Amino acid sequence: MTATATAPAAPAAAGPPRVSVARGYRFEVVKLVSQWRVRLVVLACWLAPALFVAAVSQQSTLPSDTLFGRWMHATGWAGSLVILGFSGTWALPLLTSLVAGDVFAAEDRLGTWRHLLVAVRSPRRIFAAKALASLTVILLLVVGLAASSIVGGLLAVGNHPLVGLDGHLLAPSDAAGKVLMAWACVLAPTLALAAIGLLGSVALGRSPMGLLLPALVALAMQLAQMLPLPVAVRLALPGYAFISWSGLFTDPGQLRPLAVGVAVSLVWAVVATALAYAVFVRRDFTNASYDGHGRRAVTVGVLPLAALLGATVAGVAVATPSMHSGIEQDKVQRSVAVAFAHLYRMQTDELNRPAVTEAQLRVSAACNKGGGQRTAEGAGNDWRCVVSWHLPGVRAVGSAVYQLDITSDGRFVADGDGPKEVNGYFLVRTPNGDAPNPLWQFDGNVELLDTTPKG
Amino acid sequence: MDTPPAVRARGITKCFGEVVALDGIDLDVAQGQIHGLVGPNGAGKTTLLGLLLGLAAADSGSLDILDTPVGRALTAPEGVAGFVDGPGLYPSLTARQNLAALAALRGGRRARGAGIDDALDQVGLTDVAADKARGFSLGMRQRLGLAAALLTRPRLLVLDEPSNGLDPAGKKHVHGVLTRLAAEGTAVVLSSHRMDDLEALCSEVTILSTGRIVFTGPLSKLAAENSELDYRLLTSDPQTARRIADGTADVHVAGSAAEWRGAEALVVRALVPALDELVAHLVRDGVAIRELAPVVSPLEAAFLALTEPQEAGR
Repeated sequence: MTATATAPAAPAAAGPPRVSVARGYRFEVVKLVSQWRVRLVVLACWLAPALFVAAVSQQSTLPSDTLFGRWMHATGWAGSLVILGFSGTWALPLLTSLVAGDVFAAEDRLGTWRHLLVAVRSPRRIFAAKALASLTVILLLVVGLAASSIVGGLLAVGNHPLVGLDGHLLAPSDAAGKVLMAWACVLAPTLALAAIGLLGSVALGRSPMGLLLPALVALAMQLAQMLPLPVAVRLALPGYAFISWSGLFTDPGQLRPLAVGVAVSLVWAVVATALAYAVFVRRDFTNASYDGHGRRAVTVGVLPLAALLGATVAGVAVATPSMHSGIEQDKVQRSVAVAFAHLYRMQTDELNRPAVTEAQLRVSAACNKGGGQRTAEGAGNDWRCVVSWHLPGVRAVGSAVYQLDITSDGRFVADGDGPKEVNGYFLVRTPNGDAPNPLWQFDGNVELLDTTPKG
Repeated sequence: MDTPPAVRARGITKCFGEVVALDGIDLDVAQGQIHGLVGPNGAGKTTLLGLLLGLAAADSGSLDILDTPVGRALTAPEGVAGFVDGPGLYPSLTARQNLAALAALRGGRRARGAGIDDALDQVGLTDVAADKARGFSLGMRQRLGLAAALLTRPRLLVLDEPSNGLDPAGKKHVHGVLTRLAAEGTAVVLSSHRMDDLEALCSEVTILSTGRIVFTGPLSKLAAENSELDYRLLTSDPQTARRIADGTADVHVAGSAAEWRGAEALVVRALVPALDELVAHLVRDGVAIRELAPVVSPLEAAFLALTEPQEAGR
């Protein structure tokens, strides 16, 4: 008896004509777009952000607890960044779950694997077509969120300068470029989540866990970001670029954490896709009641990703000496001083006072934590800073107090504690009436990676 | 010159872990033949059909499909179509969209448009072509699955329980399509638990039990190899018929007459030659025969006779 299983495969000349990846891709796109929930989600992503931004921009109360939310009255670009922050936390993990987390599992649910395999005759091309189709839909959703939020903001508020995360003013053209760049950067962690979704969808079959995996991973990463983890671990998580895009809005930009976050996300995307592919092409399609690989899913899916996490942590730790919180006294003082100087100039302009430069102000900040009883290091809402500045021709040194709430990812909200004329009240009296006081509360960002102070 | 068989399997073995699904299967299916696959649940029918469709690869043995050796890769040669465990349809697409998507996937421009209409017409689904498959009954899904297979102009059609859920009209459509395909030279391998369908359609059958073939060949050979069958006999004169049957060699009459469609029916057990003798006697004595049919079909009787000992021996 001849054991064909050990014999060479059929000669190529006798093989069937291939169903190309392009045709398989079109087939998958048709199937995805025919699902009412996908249509609904696409529609929502292209309409809801515009409506939300336009509506919120008309309200008297702004979402000031969200990054750039306090500037939604000032410029149309802020609304898109609010949507971007929300998308990184909620929308994109859920959308990738819905699309990538279901693209393989849907065939299990419908019992159509055999039909598809008979038609396409190649698990490899089926995988490629499905991955590309889900990528297309996810891109369509992300582009929709970005475009819609930008259009909504610009129509409702206008194309005005945007206040950066360190208080410096970005011209509308700069703001446009950086907002688009920020949306482009979050594509990397979105791809990582999508790849994890593909892996879950392949490995867990009809199990709802497959569908939920990207959302659960994203939630776990968000929880991890809230913990006092070393910077290397924080940056090695594939979702860090959902946070680090804010580094684009400082001057100079905090680009190193962003670059590391994007690179880590892309590595995760490639590795998780490769794992999903490896699991898929080894699958037994004769079992109609397939419910995932069970324990094998752990060995082929979870363990390699855990190893990847370990490798990226080690890689980031070697590349950057960052096994601490990254939030240190001098960095906090520098961030607060820089932001205060920029915003002071804005307040000066509002009050129609003589213009000053940052260099003339010579702003400095003295910060401590826990009233000086604790080491001035790490996250917490017990930071207190005294900011000092000079005015040309005035001998007295101005000072103002801020209470800081710094989160583990380096973001902080500085809340003015007086004097009232400087930062103690949310309005300032201008020649044209009351206006928002830019020094009353402001957002800032401490770069977690070690930096060399300039100047 | 001999035409190569559509399927030629030798010593096919397939295991799933500790379970031997197929154990040294030999199978030949000629072109233009409708070949039935019968067996109790778990006999290995679906596994064998899956191998023919390229959904799985044999662990050992050789398999030639349409004169092309099938290797380990999960792929079947061009010209093979069909389904196992029900057709794969996308509920959010209409019947026509399901077929159009499949035609576009295959790249057959010829199959689009008129080809789709023709396939829908053949299986009797023209009237519901614009309806979403979500609302289809099992029988309609089976017919749409068959239409999808027809689009590819198969030379080997593999169908798993194609008669499930079919109403008489649907059954007529499906039988008509399969018979026409076979007449055009397409080999059809189908599994079914409905013996009447297999007897109506198939020229040859293979009976599987616990992964092994217990019979393969023409239905006539199966009947000849089988033991005595019970036949229901309806005549114009039941008393005379009973007397004649009692007097015919190798014909055994059941103890009491049975009521059958309002008439008194006689149940006799005999091999075909003895039954022929009985019929001749009845005609000679002027007893009109109104119906003579096996109580259980020959295929079903053979199926039970051949598989029950194996099942009991498990």
